[in-house]
Amino acid sequence: MDLTTDDLVEMFRKLSVRMATERDHLCRLDGFAGDGDHGIAMEQGMQAAHLAVTGTEGSLQDLFNAAAKGFLNAVGASSGPLYATALLRAGKAAGPRQTMPRDDLRQVIAAMRDGIVHRGKAEPGMKTMLDAWHPAAEAALAGASPDAIVTAAQEGADATRDMVAAMGRSERLGERSLGHADPGAVSAVMIVEEICGTMRAEA
Amino acid sequence: MTAPTQKLINDGNAAVDEMLAGILAAHPEHLWRPEHAPRAVVARQGPRKGKVALVIGGGSGHEPTFLGFVGKGLADAAAIGNVFASPPPQPAVDAALAANGGAGVLFMYGNYAGDVMNFDMASEMLEMEGVEARTVLTTDDVASHPDRAKRRGVAGNVFIFKAAGAAADRMLPLDEVERIARHANARTFTMGVALSSCSLPQTRRPSFDLPAGEMEIGMGIHGEAGVRRGPLRPADEVVDEIMDLLLAEMAAPPGARVALLVNSLGATPLMELYIMNARIVQRLQQARLSVHRTLVGPYCTSLDMAGASITLMHLDDELAGLLDHPCDCAMFRQG
Repeated sequence: MDLTTDDLVEMFRKLSVRMATERDHLCRLDGFAGDGDHGIAMEQGMQAAHLAVTGTEGSLQDLFNAAAKGFLNAVGASSGPLYATALLRAGKAAGPRQTMPRDDLRQVIAAMRDGIVHRGKAEPGMKTMLDAWHPAAEAALAGASPDAIVTAAQEGADATRDMVAAMGRSERLGERSLGHADPGAVSAVMIVEEICGTMRAEA
Repeated sequence: MTAPTQKLINDGNAAVDEMLAGILAAHPEHLWRPEHAPRAVVARQGPRKGKVALVIGGGSGHEPTFLGFVGKGLADAAAIGNVFASPPPQPAVDAALAANGGAGVLFMYGNYAGDVMNFDMASEMLEMEGVEARTVLTTDDVASHPDRAKRRGVAGNVFIFKAAGAAADRMLPLDEVERIARHANARTFTMGVALSSCSLPQTRRPSFDLPAGEMEIGMGIHGEAGVRRGPLRPADEVVDEIMDLLLAEMAAPPGARVALLVNSLGATPLMELYIMNARIVQRLQQARLSVHRTLVGPYCTSLDMAGASITLMHLDDELAGLLDHPCDCAMFRQG
């Protein structure tokens, strides 16, 4: 069955719950190289995004736009502009439709990656969230199964353990950033997982 | 699992807004905020027609940075973020519009990826409203990167904002205020030492691991790793290590004047700051540098982190005059 605006609201509800559950884990991960607040930003951002879409009537694009604004205004930080831009691009990919084929979430994943690149100016290999988003987007565009898209994101995030940070606050760590996965890449896998869960869902 | 750190808070998620309510209640003669903009704090006296609006901002948890430096002669407004997180663009836009005197806006804040993205979005939004906004990033943390342009902004903000704020208060045009802000930043050098981790109100858990008995030289004000970790040494030795690096960076000729800030990261008491200062002035005398002005205390904190930082600003006549210019802020006054 096609993806409806109700399904999209449900997806943001799941994202909000997921980030709340993983908050402390993400914060601890961020403490190795950053300032230990990544889980808080993601929890607040997805909570606000969920709240915003529940209060919005309109198309899939309208909902994504509301989520972007909600996320940005709740968070700021680095993840705010990055995910706000990603969600605006997701809305553009979904378009002013009330429903769309679930398979079109592939374009949503790719559009989110493009938004993150546009705003953050990172490249793959710099130990950022892009290291999960980029392989996920490539897999999605290549027609991989939802499970395979998640695996691609996960492998990308795992690979950040062996990367030296070249962007963001942990850049200043240099070699000392080795050994721990980038928290932004780890939370990206969770988001990809929820989107792929929605892609897979039969209803 | 260790016990949560002890804090006098109600709800970690409400900490910033409850703090703001308390600050506005304590300083109504200095600060107000527009009704529709709960995270924009504006100076009562200061913003006026024809004056460049100096708008500063950043994450919370560094008080009195940033909002404590909002007032006549210093910043006109501040955008307030969550703990250790850049504010989103909207509070920066709200702060800028509230302070706008028609002569342009200068955003000043520490050089962090998140702040740059959010304030750049704010500048784009202001441009659409026909308000010119420029940006000067502070990059005084010597330990954070070999390349000056990539360094973080830390406690040296106080002097850098002060110089720019005085220039704006003298009704200089935007080009001049921007030039002075860049000049002030280029001559300001900070390095810190952390003795313990801080903990966020939302997690109440140490943000990073710094074992008892250890210190980290050069640690950032959010717990970013510094240049060296090792056993805690006596104050004079720690000061010497920091001063060696600062003096080499500053490369001021004998006879030069400096402004000096000995800053607590939150938990370190004045006693220890003054012990450090006794050694700092010896080192400055040995280098034949004179101290034009000294600040000692918590000016740029990192929540409850123990530790301190030393800032030197290499003065010229222009900067000395701007630092001497009076200001009247909620948490910083100069006669």
